[in-house]
Amino acid sequence: MNHDQARYGDDDRYEPLLSEKDTTSVDVVGRSPTSNQNSSSSGDVDETSPLPDDLTRDSLELPGLSEPELARHYTRLSQMNWSVESGPYPLGSCTMKYNPSFTEDVAADPNGAVHPDRSDGTIQGTLELLYDLEDYLARIGGMDAVTLQPPAGAAGEFTGILVAKAYHETNDDEERSEVIVPASAHGTNFASAAMAGYDVVELPSGEDGRVDLAALEAAVSEETAALMLTNPNTVGVFERDIEEIADIVHDAGGLLYYDGANLNALLGQARPGDMGFDVMHYNVHKTFATPHGGGGPGAGPVGVTEELAAFLPSPQVRKHDGHYELYEPERSIGKVHGYQGNWLVLVKAFAYIARLGDSGLKDAAAKAVLNANYLASQIDYEIPYGPFHHEFAATAGERDAADVAKRMLDYGVHPPTTKWPELVPEAMLTEPTEAESLDSLDDLAAAFDSAMGDSDADLESAPSKTTAGRIDQAGAARNPRLSWRALSEEK
Amino acid sequence: MTNTSRHERDEGSPYAPHTPEEIDEMLAAVGVESEADLFDVPAAVRFDDDLGIESRGERELRAELSKTLAKNADLTEFLGRDHHTHYVPSVVDDLSRRSEFLTSYTQYQPEITQGFLQALFEYQSLLVELTGLPVANCSMYDAATSLGEAARLAGRVRQASGSTVLIPEILHENKRAVLENYVDGTELEIGTYPMDDGNVALDALTQRVGDETVMVYAENPTVRGTIEERLTEIGEVAREADALFCLGTDAVALGLLEEPASVGADVVVGEADALGLPTAYGMGLGIFATRETFLRQVPGRLVGASEDSAGKRAYTLTLQTREQHIRKERATSNICTNQAWVALRTAMHIAYLGPDGLVDLASQCVREAESLAESLGSLRGVKAPVHDRHHFREFLVRTDQPSPAIARDLETNGFAVHVVDDHLLQVCVTDVNAAETDALVEAFEEAL
Repeated sequence: MNHDQARYGDDDRYEPLLSEKDTTSVDVVGRSPTSNQNSSSSGDVDETSPLPDDLTRDSLELPGLSEPELARHYTRLSQMNWSVESGPYPLGSCTMKYNPSFTEDVAADPNGAVHPDRSDGTIQGTLELLYDLEDYLARIGGMDAVTLQPPAGAAGEFTGILVAKAYHETNDDEERSEVIVPASAHGTNFASAAMAGYDVVELPSGEDGRVDLAALEAAVSEETAALMLTNPNTVGVFERDIEEIADIVHDAGGLLYYDGANLNALLGQARPGDMGFDVMHYNVHKTFATPHGGGGPGAGPVGVTEELAAFLPSPQVRKHDGHYELYEPERSIGKVHGYQGNWLVLVKAFAYIARLGDSGLKDAAAKAVLNANYLASQIDYEIPYGPFHHEFAATAGERDAADVAKRMLDYGVHPPTTKWPELVPEAMLTEPTEAESLDSLDDLAAAFDSAMGDSDADLESAPSKTTAGRIDQAGAARNPRLSWRALSEEK
Repeated sequence: MTNTSRHERDEGSPYAPHTPEEIDEMLAAVGVESEADLFDVPAAVRFDDDLGIESRGERELRAELSKTLAKNADLTEFLGRDHHTHYVPSVVDDLSRRSEFLTSYTQYQPEITQGFLQALFEYQSLLVELTGLPVANCSMYDAATSLGEAARLAGRVRQASGSTVLIPEILHENKRAVLENYVDGTELEIGTYPMDDGNVALDALTQRVGDETVMVYAENPTVRGTIEERLTEIGEVAREADALFCLGTDAVALGLLEEPASVGADVVVGEADALGLPTAYGMGLGIFATRETFLRQVPGRLVGASEDSAGKRAYTLTLQTREQHIRKERATSNICTNQAWVALRTAMHIAYLGPDGLVDLASQCVREAESLAESLGSLRGVKAPVHDRHHFREFLVRTDQPSPAIARDLETNGFAVHVVDDHLLQVCVTDVNAAETDALVEAFEEAL
């Protein structure tokens, strides 16, 4: 694929900052009349401050662009940005699948734009949709109850671990102070467990990339609150011993937590609840195709078994005589979000799940796994661990995976996740998702192999076809400049 | 295959583009007979049943969801309390929905994602201008989780025996509940200080603050809409105890009310979604801004300026050693996915308004609240505002009659207000519902 990314700008910079286009300072105290066309008020605006001077700021300096200028600025920025609609985006563990357009229209329904403090009787539509989404997620995960409140996957992990903690406390089992996390797990697992106050015990991987049962036996104790596990794991390999793993953890009195980052591999094919997991989170912005928006918002609903349902965050939705109502679960851990999480994301997830239904969900998983396996068969890279499912961890071997990735950008694709998990040296964790066509996978394979075949000099000077050339990361961290104010103070 | 059947077919995912011939070719390349052969899942944990989720066509589903959401009552909302709505211009919807923004991921390859990085850098920069503090991250989930993160930051940088975070007695109950969970795994305790007629009771606060205090949290405007009059003194009380002063606010209020840096705030949290995001059932965007000293303790992502190989200014995620994917259990926070797309919208909205537009909008929040409170307060058996303070957007209303019954009557007549307790209501007015205030007052009078 040939691809040259848009590159607006001049000798010193790409598209100027908002502040470099038009910035004005207004005095808030004793403000003089102005004529901003985008001002919220129109007609005879009262320009005097409505408050005593000691309760207001003195002045305010901000950019203010006319609507046409604003449209052009952001359109240019968008053209300097890669997205899943631009081309393949095979970041391992991220599930960058196509985001169906119609879900945006569903989420934009003005009837859904309601305030969360309205009475239950006036938001029956909203509550019905949430109730039905909880039901869908419970079915997909093999769980008994679901909360939609956590606003992202990591927030879901934190919620799930707080639920586990509350469960142990209720059983007068407060001494449990450890959460076991495999070395190859997502960084959020470690951080979420630590945030909930647990000591993290790192579990080394076995030779086959899976959980080493002997190591797990050695790690569990009466201190164990939970084991957090991703399945298929972060090299795409299914933890075949999952039933024994569940027994080991449960026999020690711990709970089994499922990290839903890789659920796309198993939709309708296998369910965490059936494998013995007690708590799980879903990454709806991965598995259920809601757009990732350049880093968020996502949503991280948490599913639990019946035993843990009473601990879920408040409020939950229930149905009573055909009427939906919010209630506080009996032993609720309280709240993890100011209100009920990321509504706009949840609506889109509902629409996606309902569009696919049983056969679509099963097929999504099957095609995701087929695509990963086909792509792997077409590239000339060693892949140490298998059989893998929706993603695989290739190794760049003697070469620097980050350099290979930069070179792939010049071949018109986004590269995979690099240098992670550390289990695989110079890892290139690749997840094409079900949305890539055969032709697109062939383009991706060509990019993999072309990059690997290029000289060291080519790799080190890449990329050249993107908006910016190789960016000085170390310099950015050494001399942090985090705002236009910092840039102008430097001059 | 024909394209018409592809979108209507009822088998398989409509978003997997494979033809039957391509599937055969791919299976052959991999060397297996069927897709099922690719799953290395033991039979005992395979799911061979149906999930029981019926697939619907796109058109059908849009009609179904439209019908479901139409079950929500058509009310004019006078609701606020940490979820505020202002008119969001179409240009914000239009530009933010460009798929290059909407369907992109976190910027792990900065060279090909300069557009979003610059937009986030601009968002951070706008928050720096509004707060006066030099560091703002590129988003938290919402105001409540930002407060939780601020408390955790205070716990890390100010260690004291019996470390306590002081919060006002009158605080959004949800915000307090989230804070409790965020400090659950730490040594931090939560203490409260009293309020006096809607503002911080400064003398009482001074008495509550001690060696164990690591953070004092105050809001401007408060959850009841009052404007805090003694912010500088609150900051001094905190500083004398070597505690951080954390100020809660929102993006619109920042345009008019005292600048946080000028009153000595160490951390600013709050909701930025008041601009850029219309009512969305509580979905938010958390502000997190702080002083340079705490840069390496900031939770979440930061975008920084650097240079590329051509020597031009370019942007990248930076100082990532604070974050979970590198620092694991020693990270400043577990946050990964954030609210970047909402931050993009907020930045667009602020740039659209410009300084004059933002000051006008914020001024309107004061004027409309004052005017509506006066109208409601003139009704028999009603006191409004309850607090003898300046207000921003919202205010309390005391009713001689039981307030829940009045709220129910208002609801029947098409208006939603908050019930605070048996004789207190809370009413919030912005540019969005300002034209309906006369109708609200009329309905209120009828309800009495």
